[in-house]
Amino acid sequence: MKVRIKFRKYGALRFIGHLDVMRCFQKVMRRAQIPIAFTSGYSPHMIMSFASPLGIGLTSDGEYFDIELAESISSKEAVCRMNAVSPEGMEVVSFRQIAEEKKMTGMAIVAAADYLVGMHRKEDPKYFRNSFHDSIAAFLGQPGIPVIKQTKRSEQEVDIRPLIYQMEPKEEGVYLKLAAGSVRNLKPELVISAFCEFAGIDSEGIRFTWHRLEMYAWKTPFIKPSPDCPAPEDRMPCSNVEPGSGGEKDGAAENLITLEDLGEDIESRENHD
Amino acid sequence: MRKLALPDEILLNIEKPARYIGGEVNSVTKDPDEVDIRFAMCFPDLYEIGMSHLGLQILYDMFNRRKDVWCERVYSPWVDMDKVMREKRIPLFALESQEPVRKFDFLGITLQYEMCYTNVLQILELSRIPLHSSDRGEADPIVIGGGPCAYNPEPLAEFFDLFYIGEGETVYDALLDAYKQCRHDKKSRLEFLECAAEIEGIYVPGFYEPEYHEDGTLSSFCPINPHAPAKVKKQVVMDLNRTVYPLSPVVPYIKAAQDRVVLEIQRGCIRGCRFCQAGMLYRPTRERDVELLKTYAKAMLENTGHEEICLSSLSSSDYSGLQELITFLIEEFQGRGINISLPSLRIDAFSLDAMQKVQDVRKSSLTFAPEAGSQRMRDVINKGLSEEDILDGAGQAFEGGWSKVKLYFMLGLPTEREEDMKEIAALSDRVARRYYEIPKECRHGKCQITASTSFFVPKPFTPFQWASMCTAREYVRRASIVKLAFSEQLNRKSLKYNWHDAEVTVLEGVFARGDRRVGKVIEEAYRLGCLFDSWTETFHNEPWMKAFENTGVDPDFYTLRPRGMEELFPWDFIEIGVSKEFLKKEWNRAAKGVVTPNCRKQCSGCGAAIFQGGVCYEGKN
Repeated sequence: MKVRIKFRKYGALRFIGHLDVMRCFQKVMRRAQIPIAFTSGYSPHMIMSFASPLGIGLTSDGEYFDIELAESISSKEAVCRMNAVSPEGMEVVSFRQIAEEKKMTGMAIVAAADYLVGMHRKEDPKYFRNSFHDSIAAFLGQPGIPVIKQTKRSEQEVDIRPLIYQMEPKEEGVYLKLAAGSVRNLKPELVISAFCEFAGIDSEGIRFTWHRLEMYAWKTPFIKPSPDCPAPEDRMPCSNVEPGSGGEKDGAAENLITLEDLGEDIESRENHD
Repeated sequence: MRKLALPDEILLNIEKPARYIGGEVNSVTKDPDEVDIRFAMCFPDLYEIGMSHLGLQILYDMFNRRKDVWCERVYSPWVDMDKVMREKRIPLFALESQEPVRKFDFLGITLQYEMCYTNVLQILELSRIPLHSSDRGEADPIVIGGGPCAYNPEPLAEFFDLFYIGEGETVYDALLDAYKQCRHDKKSRLEFLECAAEIEGIYVPGFYEPEYHEDGTLSSFCPINPHAPAKVKKQVVMDLNRTVYPLSPVVPYIKAAQDRVVLEIQRGCIRGCRFCQAGMLYRPTRERDVELLKTYAKAMLENTGHEEICLSSLSSSDYSGLQELITFLIEEFQGRGINISLPSLRIDAFSLDAMQKVQDVRKSSLTFAPEAGSQRMRDVINKGLSEEDILDGAGQAFEGGWSKVKLYFMLGLPTEREEDMKEIAALSDRVARRYYEIPKECRHGKCQITASTSFFVPKPFTPFQWASMCTAREYVRRASIVKLAFSEQLNRKSLKYNWHDAEVTVLEGVFARGDRRVGKVIEEAYRLGCLFDSWTETFHNEPWMKAFENTGVDPDFYTLRPRGMEELFPWDFIEIGVSKEFLKKEWNRAAKGVVTPNCRKQCSGCGAAIFQGGVCYEGKN
């Protein structure tokens, strides 16, 4: 039985890196005595796969990982037991059964993520909210947003415009819906630095906070990769949506479903009787 | 939500911020207004090292069981953080409350190895506590030292207000109660230290004065305060079944050196190896009940969520309930994805069978510690291990499927001759040859024998406390003799040889048997930038040599000089139970290569029987 766990990461836990969060959850699973399945062999390990890893310094309301259960447990009880033994800054939100197909787990289906980037300036907190609306529209209105992406081996110019599905001013900062996952991934830092440069905002005097809100998969099934379809595009939905076209809100956003909504709560056994 | 001492800009720009944020599972938070005593417990090394130490977890648990005490943890900020804290003038803080150590009542520092001494000064300086005890005022925390290096506290005497000699479980309560009483009675810092000096096991260095002969050796070491006793008695817990044990140890977010449940099965060792300080300090050997250990194992795995459990003791094979315990651990936990990590056990049918059950034989290696290459040398150190034992053990292991063996040796042992050094290579070769005696179809390719040597450092309270050391050059020469012997052997493919650093060895030697005058060398080296000396990447010998020069202290006095049998040692004021007479007898037997039987075979009258328990009284009830 496959289960998807959604959790929040906040406070001091933002300084714990992805690998340590994994280790932490392995220990939470044991303390909470969740009947998780193991691989076989001399050093059996838990069957666990995380969706898009969160960078150090970011907080989140929508982190996910999938596990395999050896026996069933009700969602309510599992959430309760896990939270009872989790450290402050780590909170399980939901524990839901998901489809058994291999392709539906973890990293493979992540398509987009929402972020809230706080931009705080001591002297004039309202400055951003007032002036952002037009700057963002102009920013998104560009035919392309070329940025230099640095990889370990090389520097590469990429157009990030098609990867921005939504961007609008919110609270003291910016709300973003960006492409995410193993195929097309855009980090919020890259968008914000391009935006600051475009709008002539001096990022020196600003205190940034980075928060992930949610992660999504495409609602409609994927099209199979075809020889004439380039690799990065093979995860596009079949419906005729062109990501990146139009104003603040892209058509792509309409076609997304949260990873959580792909699962269903497990009722306790007594309820079935 | 807890407020962190460090802002995001700092935490995001240093290595592993998790070292500094606290809040780990099972860490203890209390309301500062509800407690009387704030205790900062420090392991003066990196978080990952300090978090792996069982002793501190025991004390942390013990202190926090008291309603009136809040004990928090402090570790050495790594060099990147050290730099930031100095630049931005951020005081060192404790992990739980994130509050400055300076505000605490006590700063306890555990002294596990000599090469952490400059880190002790870093802790004090970053905490803004004066380095010298004599410069501290009423508002400064009481700085207390403990752990194995506290058995010769003299090199650090000026930096500590008091030392706790022995196992922490016995008189800490009395010490804390005395502190509360003194504060209630509005007594001064000095008056409290006088109270403390009257508690058995507590040493207040400021109340003693060493005097020296013209040749530099100690002539007398006497108390200069009427509250201080002439002798300080080591503290031991006689009943390990009735002492605190941390069933919910703190679980770090980041991977610590020991990321597992540690089950302490016994204290002390019956063997009596003459180089081993722990073997003498922790006498008499005391066991913990096997049934109790089973319940501890279960509770600790449940409370931590660790995926591994290991046994801790100086010599697990001598624990009488070992078979029962290991069988229990395998049966109870192996099916639940828990790794069982076995300590280095004496190789016999049972231990090989147990190891085959818990590890992948072909991937794992077996470790032997013959300590010396020749039989003569092994008799000198009282290792009580014959070549036959080693080759038989290796043979059984090879037949059981192992093909990787690690061998640990020491170089520079007393009476060592060139043939003893060469025997290290020869013995390793004979182990390899034993592999090729098993039928070809049972072998798994070549065998891999890795021999490592460390250089011997004489320690206080051992029969070898009278031994002279060698110069760093001489150590390197000895290692090259071994290396040459390896390279002259026919089989070079399956044998590998490594040796440790010689310069660190010499420094360890100075601190291990140093006196009060060594303190200024440590302080000078620290001023010259020495920090994290136990780490290869941060150790630099030149500033240390400069520090000796600048302070006019001769390292050779502490390492090379032969010590007379009647010499008064700086640590002689401490009573560990084992008598100096016994150590002398053992030193003389070593010179003759005479072996002394282990405690279970025959009592040799070491003196530890005064504690009235443990192995000394086994079968005598």
